[in-house]
Amino acid sequence: MLSIITEKSKKILISSRFRNLIFILFLICLSVGLFEALILSPQDYLQSDSVRIMYVHVPSAWISLGIFSIIAFLSLGVLIFKNKNFVLISKSLAPSGFIFNLIALVTGSIWGKPTWGTWWAWDPRITSMLVLFLFYFLYLLSWKIFEKNKAITISSYISIIGVINVPIIKYSVDWWATLHQPSSINVLSESTIHSSMLIPLFLMTASFALFSILIFLMKYNVELIKVKNKGLDRI
Amino acid sequence: MYGKKVRLRIIFIISLLTTIILSIYIILKLLEDDVVYFKSPTEIKLSQEKITKKIRVGGMVKKNSVILENEKILFIITDFRNEINVIFAGTIPNLFQEEKGVVAEGVLEDKNLFIADKILAKHDENYMPPEVKESLEQK
Repeated sequence: MLSIITEKSKKILISSRFRNLIFILFLICLSVGLFEALILSPQDYLQSDSVRIMYVHVPSAWISLGIFSIIAFLSLGVLIFKNKNFVLISKSLAPSGFIFNLIALVTGSIWGKPTWGTWWAWDPRITSMLVLFLFYFLYLLSWKIFEKNKAITISSYISIIGVINVPIIKYSVDWWATLHQPSSINVLSESTIHSSMLIPLFLMTASFALFSILIFLMKYNVELIKVKNKGLDRI
Repeated sequence: MYGKKVRLRIIFIISLLTTIILSIYIILKLLEDDVVYFKSPTEIKLSQEKITKKIRVGGMVKKNSVILENEKILFIITDFRNEINVIFAGTIPNLFQEEKGVVAEGVLEDKNLFIADKILAKHDENYMPPEVKESLEQK
């Protein structure tokens, strides 16, 4: 029963129709989001226009953290239950998480120069984000240099060890004195970002998430074709 | 419920993670002084030994404390309990303002005087349009 459901959902996932739907949603979200972020949303009282970098920086950071957490969670399934499908899913998710991590670091640097007065600071938040970037790099590299079965194990271990860093990134601004500001959006308290700036922030987050899903579907499709062509039942 | 192999794998991963988390915790605790990006004026006042190496001090720029004097800028960093005088010659970031966060990098002359060779403005977590800021100030 369960296998029928997963087979069916797999078919939907790799259908070009579903991919096109995601692509259209992405285009709508991105164009409305960019219009909001660049034109409709107000300047900040202190940073004026450089606040607009936030609409790329914060969603990228969220997405890269989210994707790494998902990869680590799936890798647990890979290591413990030898789930083969999870291998393909996490392998296909990694590239977009890696790119968004890079975008978060670069845009943060561009924002830091006019705001703080420096491109880079060895501050706990920024350093831990760099560590996550290195873990992504190791994860992707392990697929390239090890042969198949080894790569599955090694990459899974890299991701579940790396996920320890995720709560460190999240709470670094609360645990230590950092140059980076504490989070403005919290589940329990009111956001310290004005509502007119939250609309573009959430729209951009949605569009980046849709973009990641789109890249994931393409990668996943390629991986499935690879498995099929090689006639490998096992990965 | 699960086979013996699966149970062993679960135990292995849990032990592995526990070991690494504990190690990281110990390392971060030992290095706490270096992990923090800056110290507050209170922490400097309370420190027993004399600090001679390069450090960073952070806090708020005290209201009405900024003095410009032949290419030098003097101001007070406060954490609302203790404060420290700062001397700096150089370019300050645009967002440097009274009653805003600041981080100064440099050496401690004595417990009340800090000679900075770099000033960074610290941005807080508040984002709002100018009109909202004005109406907040009028209240």
